Amino acid sequence: MAGIATATLVSPPRRLQGVAAVLGMVIVLALASALYMEENGHWVTGMTNYVVWGLPHVFAIFLIVAASGALNVASIASVFGRTAYKPLAPLSGLLAVALLAGGLSVLVLDLGRPDRLLVAMLNQNLSSIFAWNIFLYSGFFAVVGVYLWTMLARRYSRFTTAAGTMAFVWRLVLTTGTGSIFGFLVARDAYHSAVMAPLFIAMSLVYGLAVFLLVLTALGALGGPEAPPDLVRRLGKLLGILVAAQLYFVCVFHLTNLYAEKGIALERYLLLDGGVYPWLFWIGQVVLGGVLPLVLCLGPRTTSAGQLLAAALVVLGGLMQVYFIVIGGQTYPLSVLPDWILHSSFGDGQISHYAPSLPEVLLGIGGVALAMTLVLIGCSVLRILPTTLEHHE
Amino acid sequence: MTDRRTFLKTALAAGGAIAIGPGLFLVAEAEAEARPADEPFSAKQRWGLLIDSSRCRTGCTSCVEACQKEQGWHSDNLGAADPQWIRKVEATDPRSGASISLPVMCQHCAHPPCVDVCPTGASFRRVDGIVQVDRHLCIGCRYCMMACPYRARSFVHEAIQDQRTHTPRGKGCVEACNLCSHRVDTGGGPACAEACPEGAMVFGDLNDPNSAISLALRKHHAVQLRPDLKLDNGVQYLGI
Repeated sequence: MAGIATATLVSPPRRLQGVAAVLGMVIVLALASALYMEENGHWVTGMTNYVVWGLPHVFAIFLIVAASGALNVASIASVFGRTAYKPLAPLSGLLAVALLAGGLSVLVLDLGRPDRLLVAMLNQNLSSIFAWNIFLYSGFFAVVGVYLWTMLARRYSRFTTAAGTMAFVWRLVLTTGTGSIFGFLVARDAYHSAVMAPLFIAMSLVYGLAVFLLVLTALGALGGPEAPPDLVRRLGKLLGILVAAQLYFVCVFHLTNLYAEKGIALERYLLLDGGVYPWLFWIGQVVLGGVLPLVLCLGPRTTSAGQLLAAALVVLGGLMQVYFIVIGGQTYPLSVLPDWILHSSFGDGQISHYAPSLPEVLLGIGGVALAMTLVLIGCSVLRILPTTLEHHE
Repeated sequence: MTDRRTFLKTALAAGGAIAIGPGLFLVAEAEAEARPADEPFSAKQRWGLLIDSSRCRTGCTSCVEACQKEQGWHSDNLGAADPQWIRKVEATDPRSGASISLPVMCQHCAHPPCVDVCPTGASFRRVDGIVQVDRHLCIGCRYCMMACPYRARSFVHEAIQDQRTHTPRGKGCVEACNLCSHRVDTGGGPACAEACPEGAMVFGDLNDPNSAISLALRKHHAVQLRPDLKLDNGVQYLGI
């Protein structure tokens, strides 16, 4: 960071107050929703004993996955030596930490017993991929924290490359862990696949960069440095390439299932006649989150406005993609006797239904609001942002 | 300026402790030698159930009712959010048209995925083969429910009344058949097996070659649900 002038965010007071008020209100509503769910029990949500992870998990996973990818810009600067991105590396690190905090908060508040968080810290089953993830998430805070420290405290800047490399490796492992939460579920065909880990890494690269672009632009409107069109265009191009990589893994996952006879019924459900889920896949994931961003980012006539639109579409399509993966996979019947037609009082052999409730929606959005609040606080009290981005083009 | 710096240091230290704490505990746990919580049980036994689906009558729910009475769970009219420790499944083979009826509950696997994935160790397998949940360690993450191939687990969606003293239950925790471990520990067997009017459920020690269940298993070809997963279930079936 040597030679780069940085400053705390100084926003027009009214604008900042307005944003803070909205974020604060969303967070209060989310906390009220969590309290309502815990007080009454989870039956007030859309979750059941068939679909046990609902919309809060969709938001939590999106945020956790995006957290890892938000580190892209910092990695490009510190690991791959592209100095043009160095001024943005601290924001990249701060956003990563903030998104992870937002996602984990939603995850914890959706537990059946969030009051037992200490139990989870004191009793850990080392064979559990979940327990590994607790370690990976904690470590991510520590590693990115140290990385941020080396960037902000200039006398430690000689350690930035080492810390940045450590953060880069850690986030790859972290997202492998998140993907493996699903990939390791041997009984569920909709999840059990080694492709889940690299797919989640690709998703993280895409979501994280999209969120970074949007946050950078939003901070520009709040008194931060304006992102020059050329910088947005370059990041947009990268976003397009990452979207293509993500679509590749999605194709591999579904084609692998389709090749084997036993996977055809599942794929038919997910991609063709599974009610809302094929729509989420084709319209949400493929068109909104895939093809349109590809055209906007890599097409012949790209504009910075088009690329920001692409980033917004990636976020929207990404949420739909995570919903499709998490909820869609659970609604497909889990058969105790494959190939038999089953009936029971517990929904055996039947497609499960899930409709998110308002408290779940509010809790999920609350995680996003918390992440954005942490970014605002971080930028306001620390010298995270460069005074200008123009000199580094 | 100094105040802000002090505030930031304190906030970072507090936040860091909260965030990094679990990781440090994980390392500490890995090094510590845990007290075996399963000392009272013996690995000499492996408890199991043999269920003859050819004798299990369609529509009969005696085993389910006996389980409800013994363990104190029941429908709260929450539909799919109601707990079900044991259920009757009606199955039809589409190729032959043959139909069978069978009770399905926790299969008490030797390699239970629920135990593998549980982050706190609340899901555990006793050395005598019984898989159960320590409700005081369960944080309600529901990962075990995602991992169980048999959908044998239920999440308690609302406050519990009229609990049995031998089986603590609680809102926000996951629960499942524990093979009536309180009865097994005092020399009895599961309530479901005892209640079956057809005598279609045989409970016993799979490690004892002379137990009724071992003798029946030697005589007949029993199958496990989802044998492809190689979980070595304690619950096995005839007539499938």
